[in-house]
Amino acid sequence: MSLPTISGDRGLDHEEKLIFELGRAGVTGVDLSDVKVSDARLSGLRRRGTIGLPGLSEPEAVRHYVRLSRMNYAIDAGLYPLGSCTMKHNPRLNEKLARLPGFADVHPLAPQSTVQGALALIAELMRWLTTLTGMPAVAMSPKAGAHGELCGILTIRAAIEARGEKRTRVLVPESAHGTNPASATFAGFTVDEVKAPPEGRVDLESLRGKLGPDVAAFMLTNPNTCGLFERDVLEIAAMVHKCGAYFYADGANFNAIAGRVRPGDLGVDAMHINLHKTFSTPHGGGGPGAGPVVLSARLAPFAPLPLLVHDEKGFRLIENRADVPEGAKPFGRMCAFHGQMGMFVRALAYMLSHGRDGIRQASEDAVLSANYVLASLKDVMSAPFEGPCMHEALFDEHFLHGTGVTTLDFAKVMIDEGYHPMTVYFPLVVHGAMLIEPTESESKESLDRFIHVLRTMALEAKAGKKERFEGAPRLAPRRRLDETAASRKPVLRWKAPDLPKAAE
Amino acid sequence: MRYLPLTKDDRAAMLARIGAPNVDALFRDVPKSAEAPLSGFDLPEVQGEIEVERTLSQMAARSTAAEAGPFFCGAGAYKHHVPAAVDHLIQRSEFLTSYTPYQPEISQGTLQYLFEFQTQVALLTGMEVANASLYDGSTAAAEAVLMAQRVTRRPKAILSGGLHPHYAETVETVANLHGKVVRAPVVPGRAEDLAAMIDNDTACIVVQSPDVFGMLHDLAPVAEAAHTKGVLLIAVVTEIVSLGLVEPPGHQGADIVAAEGQSIGNGLNFGGPYVGLFATREKFIRQMPGRLVGETADVDGRRGYVLTLSTREQHIRRDKATSNICTNSGLCALAFTIHLSLLGDEGFARLARINHARASALADRLAQVKGVSLITPSFFNEFTLRLPKPAAEVVEALAAKGILGGVPASRLLPADPAARDLLIVAATETNTDEDVAAFAKALTEVLS
Repeated sequence: MSLPTISGDRGLDHEEKLIFELGRAGVTGVDLSDVKVSDARLSGLRRRGTIGLPGLSEPEAVRHYVRLSRMNYAIDAGLYPLGSCTMKHNPRLNEKLARLPGFADVHPLAPQSTVQGALALIAELMRWLTTLTGMPAVAMSPKAGAHGELCGILTIRAAIEARGEKRTRVLVPESAHGTNPASATFAGFTVDEVKAPPEGRVDLESLRGKLGPDVAAFMLTNPNTCGLFERDVLEIAAMVHKCGAYFYADGANFNAIAGRVRPGDLGVDAMHINLHKTFSTPHGGGGPGAGPVVLSARLAPFAPLPLLVHDEKGFRLIENRADVPEGAKPFGRMCAFHGQMGMFVRALAYMLSHGRDGIRQASEDAVLSANYVLASLKDVMSAPFEGPCMHEALFDEHFLHGTGVTTLDFAKVMIDEGYHPMTVYFPLVVHGAMLIEPTESESKESLDRFIHVLRTMALEAKAGKKERFEGAPRLAPRRRLDETAASRKPVLRWKAPDLPKAAE
Repeated sequence: MRYLPLTKDDRAAMLARIGAPNVDALFRDVPKSAEAPLSGFDLPEVQGEIEVERTLSQMAARSTAAEAGPFFCGAGAYKHHVPAAVDHLIQRSEFLTSYTPYQPEISQGTLQYLFEFQTQVALLTGMEVANASLYDGSTAAAEAVLMAQRVTRRPKAILSGGLHPHYAETVETVANLHGKVVRAPVVPGRAEDLAAMIDNDTACIVVQSPDVFGMLHDLAPVAEAAHTKGVLLIAVVTEIVSLGLVEPPGHQGADIVAAEGQSIGNGLNFGGPYVGLFATREKFIRQMPGRLVGETADVDGRRGYVLTLSTREQHIRRDKATSNICTNSGLCALAFTIHLSLLGDEGFARLARINHARASALADRLAQVKGVSLITPSFFNEFTLRLPKPAAEVVEALAAKGILGGVPASRLLPADPAARDLLIVAATETNTDEDVAAFAKALTEVLS
């Protein structure tokens, strides 16, 4: 495999320069007829000098991005067991429909009489979200899960202020996603962590000890980040409500229970839904997502602008405080315009395709697949908690003790085996965590092959074959990268070389 | 169900290995009272592609697409031509169906284009560094104000009256929790004296140029006044194409640039998803929100890229993070960087000139309509007209004639009586001479 080549490329593996090294001044891949413009209306602010952007012709641009794409792992190419991230199949129908001009080529501030179809789509998605969650209201504008968390916590803040109370603390379990404490702080609260007991679920006594008249909310992910359903959830909700606080649910794991369990029946007051997880809008290498927040009746009046109403004239967006219906007290605005329309279309297409029965089946298959992985690996790897799990199977580093192989090494060998690693070192409450979420999109054959590979790897590690783990991956476009150097002396942009190259 | 590969037999075999009698047993931790039967969901059942496509196509047909006729709406979202290659490339499976690049060895494609994106954004804005994107321009502006509050340890943010009202509300919603936001009066078509509002508590001044009415502002004087008092200048740009013709904020003394990148590579999409651009000075990088990609090398010494300075971020720092952001706008940033690579310096500057020329011609033509006056003396591709009657009514009447003739200022500023007769009009490279003539004719008819 280390066969040197003249080009530096190897078969289908191409190295690729930066656009700044490929592009030339004066080259453009877009033909536009030039015009001269006067300075009369530029207020003396005309740009002096050039920007320095490289230009590529269309063939060069296409080749550049195709080559870059081939350095990425993707769901379409293989099993992507990244726990908590829900890497399920992204149906292409949804891509096609999101590009219909009546959704994609519509301006957010076009006269409302001309955008009734777009508003109808949002209203229909709202109906699905509220029905699936058993909650009466939903705020659609948040642009991602963390933005939804912020929206939910700000709604709670507004409700508490309307009661004339002052509550400053938000309780978050140690096992929570990092976004939970970050969002609560962002919303101006102090975060108080609830210790995780060895059983992997919230300890009612610890929670009771933390609750008090200054607590605004308890944030809980359910199923939780250890892959377990919080079986005491009804008591938790009752305890939280009894002290006058609100129960926030992180809906990142809703995909395990959608179509079977309604969060509204669990006493939840607010929950964001990652449309890019449960409802399969593509992750796109890190977004865009969408994070609508469903709200209980107590919180609904405080939902942010804009609001969507339906009356005799059709659908209407209420974008300003001056126009809100009686009883509505929006806390503010999360962003310009009305939310992630492109993601709404994809999510609704997913829902309509599955139907309520398909959504329930998808949840059941996701849970079944995770339990299958857990049952098939727990004798050679170590699972910190007794099953059944929900949609993800959690392992820890215990089975690697004494082998010289770490969780990170184990994950990196998966790359050489053609897989994306599972989520590692999260949740933080388990040592050397490995969180596997196979999703409902894998066939049994695919799961069996994956299980075979992981079993063999675990046995090899235990058999002392640590060489193949150390320094893995060896077969990827890059081997391990020096992250310490990257952060010690950050190079965050390309810069032209200081000296002109000598003539050859 | 076409998306679910497991068969009945597969499920039975898997349950047997697990040792569970049925799938219900796997849900045994769910309280029985919280389990809903299928009939508890008043929703339709599984449908094929044909049915779903029919339903959504019929829905889409009930909206008027921008391409359907002469179109002049802007105010923070702009209709530009996106080359066909852009949408084709972003649908490559390896871009579309990958996650945040947490495993750099098999994510170099995403990491490299984000590094290129960061460099392009820094060059465009005239700043030293940029991040790998935020949700959109409005949330980028809010993050910029929070960052200024952290950097200066002062509470107050002064917002220009020309800042897009949705942006101002987004900033107020979060920044008032950590300090105090003050909005300057709205004076359409006129310069403001923001420097006079600075006091010892001021963290930052936020100025948009071109502003929501389309007018250009010289940022240098306000930057100078701000800097003498230790105040940061945040420049907001909602039409990024303007930077192909006018001086970038970084050359006018801005400390942070928060911009909307939708115009390049991304469609209107009824308001989202868009792509937030965030750029600043190198000395502030450890206070920046969002993901950053940095250059490094692998163990064989080959150049490569990684997510870096993660100790600012929520997954490491939790409640001490600089922002709660996780998922951002990766694929929209990809569309932006591809489109900009195709344009290059030459194409981008030309695109900007065409936009300005079209808007100038349109403004000249519409200002000839009886009773109409142009109130923005300077502009890029968007300007504001004063009409002899309420702009919202005029827009509806124009829409009835098949022309989407701009955004009435009253839609954004309903409480401001001075906004009632103002119409914000944008023109881009997508508008033809025929569009301009049709708009002028229709406006004449509507106002007569």
